Amino acid sequence: MSTDTIASSRRPAPTFYCREEPPVHNGTLLGFWIYLMSDCFIFASLFVANAVLGTQYAGGPTGAEVFDLVGLAWNTALLLVSSVTFGFAMLQIRQGNKRAMLGWLAVSGLLAAAFVGLEIHEFIDMIAQGAGPGRSAFLSSFFALVGTHGLHVTFGVVWLVVLMVQLSRYGATPDNIRRLRCLSMFWHFLDLVWVGVFSYVYLVGVLR
Amino acid sequence: MPDRSEILNFLLGRLTLNSLPLDNTIVVVTFIVVAVIGICLLAFVTKKRYWGYLWRDWFTSVDHKKLGIMYMILGTVMLLRGFSDAIMMRAQQAVAFGDNMGYLPPHHYDQIFSAHGSIMIFFVAMAYIVGLMNYVMPLQIGSRDVAFPFLNNLSFWLTSSGVVLFMASLFIGDFSTAGWLAYPPVSELAQSPGTGVDYYIWGLQLSGVGTLLTGINFVVTIIKMRAPGMSMMKMPIFSWTTLATSGLIVVTFPILTATLFLLSLDRYLGMHFFTNDFGGNVMLYINLIWVWGHPEVYILVLPIFGVYSEIVATFSRKPLFGYSSMVYATLAIMVLSYLVWLHHFFTMGSGADVNSFFSLTTMIISIPTGAKIFNWLFTMYRGRVDYTVPMLWTMGFLFTFTIGGMTGVMLSVAPADFLLHNSLFLIAHFHNVIIGGVVFGVFAAINYWFPKAFGFRLNEFWGRLSFWFWLIGFWLAFGPLYVLGLMGVTRRLSHFDDPSLQIWFVIAAFGAFLILLGILSFIVQIYVSIRDRDVYAVGNDPWGGRTLEWSTSSPPPDYNFAFIPQIHERDAWFDMKERGVSRPMDGFNNIHMPKNTGAGLILGVLATLFGFAMVWYIWWLAIVSFLGIIVVSIGHTFNYHRDYHIPAEDVDRFEHSGNWAPNTEGGAA
Repeated sequence: MSTDTIASSRRPAPTFYCREEPPVHNGTLLGFWIYLMSDCFIFASLFVANAVLGTQYAGGPTGAEVFDLVGLAWNTALLLVSSVTFGFAMLQIRQGNKRAMLGWLAVSGLLAAAFVGLEIHEFIDMIAQGAGPGRSAFLSSFFALVGTHGLHVTFGVVWLVVLMVQLSRYGATPDNIRRLRCLSMFWHFLDLVWVGVFSYVYLVGVLR
Repeated sequence: MPDRSEILNFLLGRLTLNSLPLDNTIVVVTFIVVAVIGICLLAFVTKKRYWGYLWRDWFTSVDHKKLGIMYMILGTVMLLRGFSDAIMMRAQQAVAFGDNMGYLPPHHYDQIFSAHGSIMIFFVAMAYIVGLMNYVMPLQIGSRDVAFPFLNNLSFWLTSSGVVLFMASLFIGDFSTAGWLAYPPVSELAQSPGTGVDYYIWGLQLSGVGTLLTGINFVVTIIKMRAPGMSMMKMPIFSWTTLATSGLIVVTFPILTATLFLLSLDRYLGMHFFTNDFGGNVMLYINLIWVWGHPEVYILVLPIFGVYSEIVATFSRKPLFGYSSMVYATLAIMVLSYLVWLHHFFTMGSGADVNSFFSLTTMIISIPTGAKIFNWLFTMYRGRVDYTVPMLWTMGFLFTFTIGGMTGVMLSVAPADFLLHNSLFLIAHFHNVIIGGVVFGVFAAINYWFPKAFGFRLNEFWGRLSFWFWLIGFWLAFGPLYVLGLMGVTRRLSHFDDPSLQIWFVIAAFGAFLILLGILSFIVQIYVSIRDRDVYAVGNDPWGGRTLEWSTSSPPPDYNFAFIPQIHERDAWFDMKERGVSRPMDGFNNIHMPKNTGAGLILGVLATLFGFAMVWYIWWLAIVSFLGIIVVSIGHTFNYHRDYHIPAEDVDRFEHSGNWAPNTEGGAA
């Protein structure tokens, strides 16, 4: 052994090996948070596309002509409230009330599903008016950004359903709670992105 | 084809018999060679009954060491592919003058340079550096594995999906002719209606997701899983550069994903992001792709700077000179690399102010890089430098890379760039830094860490031969391109009229031939070393290393360290040797480890099918494979039993039998 060959030990040696197994650090929450930050860059790129192309109407409709701000207000309310109800579900982790937790999760899921439904409705309306994604660069950037957000929400709802099955079948185990915390971050993150979409794509879009 | 039945159109999308390039002799011969090699390989594995072993010990493995080795093999295979493209281009340009049109028709030539660039960056350089980081970083920080072992396996298989799609494009349909970054409008549907750009998009999307997951994985590993006592400023430089590179991956690869996503929306759904009509903006693509693309070259080179730092310190028998400045230089490069992207298109015409800003940031980035060069030189100064093969590559790098850096500073001067933009001068410059920096570093790293991974070192003679062939070949291949570039020859040409230029291209082709000999020498080196592995057998610390990976057996056990080391000094293993610490030989614990899983491979196969279906418009297959991905992913989350314990008796047995003999090469343990 190589280390035996060295006879001299000038300084008194402190411990060099942990004789006990050190605790396992779970990095899932940090990792998921970093994933969200990377997702931020996907949205950032889509926002950039919207910023660059947002006035390229190519003779087609403008934002002021196609955006339905009343529907948008409803949509925004649905998504923001679903974040609140998700928060209520998270509070139940400490209370340990699984039924209440599942209940709040179900409410959040329904609100998000309603959000996606309204968004699809809006898209169909716009396409029917001749304001589809292929009409102009402005509409391409609009559909890409809002659609990507909508796909994220849809994905969140699927994830939520799977997690509700796992919670009710296997209980609020540490594994499931960790997953729930990840989903919670995802949920609030999508809200935050929506605030950007709402204020920049829609409100600024109507003004310019 | 109009006469095809509806049902065939449904089943095969736009895939027809005509999609097979049977009229192209080069491709047919390549296909036959690849098929024969493939069949021989499969027959060999079947005959030796290796399938079970490969499945259990490699394909489903979540061990960072095995995944690292698989990445290195992938990189080497793709190096052969990418280099075949290179030597074909060199041969074409050496002969295609005047009446001689060469042997490659322009359409084929365009595919070759596009494939060469994308393969070399995404599947050679990236595979190599991810492989190195995978293998070395967890060992250096005294960890048992990465933070997310399953994701690590998935990343590998997603990268392989991209490789499969790129390779499929050689034999089924065409590859992109739009260059390695697929600039629109050429890459738009109107100009490139074939499958080439789609292969490019889906190949990169799949492997890009894999790379992003790797980046997240490594950041969390380094933040959460360092051995006790290893503060950030006690971490080995290679691990620091891994952290910086992984951070860059996290903030840049999503931009690549988004950009290619927008391009695919244009191509598949008729949108207008980058089209010439309906308000699309080509320069939006060019900006976005380079916001990813410039940091990408630093993603490649930073870990390699880490490799050189480890090698120089080890073989100079001294601690690295200027450790802290090395860390800060790495971080400065990491941040600055994000602020220089526009220097790839000064000619866009964004005005003097914008060009000046990016010109200055580009010049500034050479300062931390220069600081690193001086740190390596000062490490060697008054050291007892051992001219081993890794050190030889390092010396070659210092010389070559410095010149490449200087031509980079020349290009960073915006007015000069207006003359040199897209000329062969640029080609010479970036090959100068990527070959002279990244490729040399990869070979240095392979020679340095091979004994750790396999328990025997690589043959010196063939290693030195490979180095000299590469070094001389590189300069002969790219020196002439600097000259031609200054004379105004642009890139990507398959034919020339001026016969006075030919001599330079002939010299360049000869240089490429020498590089071929360098690659062959490397393969012979591997072969000879495996054949004579008993002669080359080494112990845990063949070079007199300084960092933790040399403290454990070669090859390391699955669990890396029987007892997690406690860190007191920067060069932890050197410190332990100095103080005469011996490894505890009893009192072993059960070790908690992640279980292997086949889910990553299954997801990789489904992703490949999905990509292929999207390329060929086989919509049913796309839907089925996409749903398959969702179902398998969800199914995987229902598996809660993902770990097991290695019993203390097994650890005990290995610790008493593993490969620990001192057997040092430099005699300086």
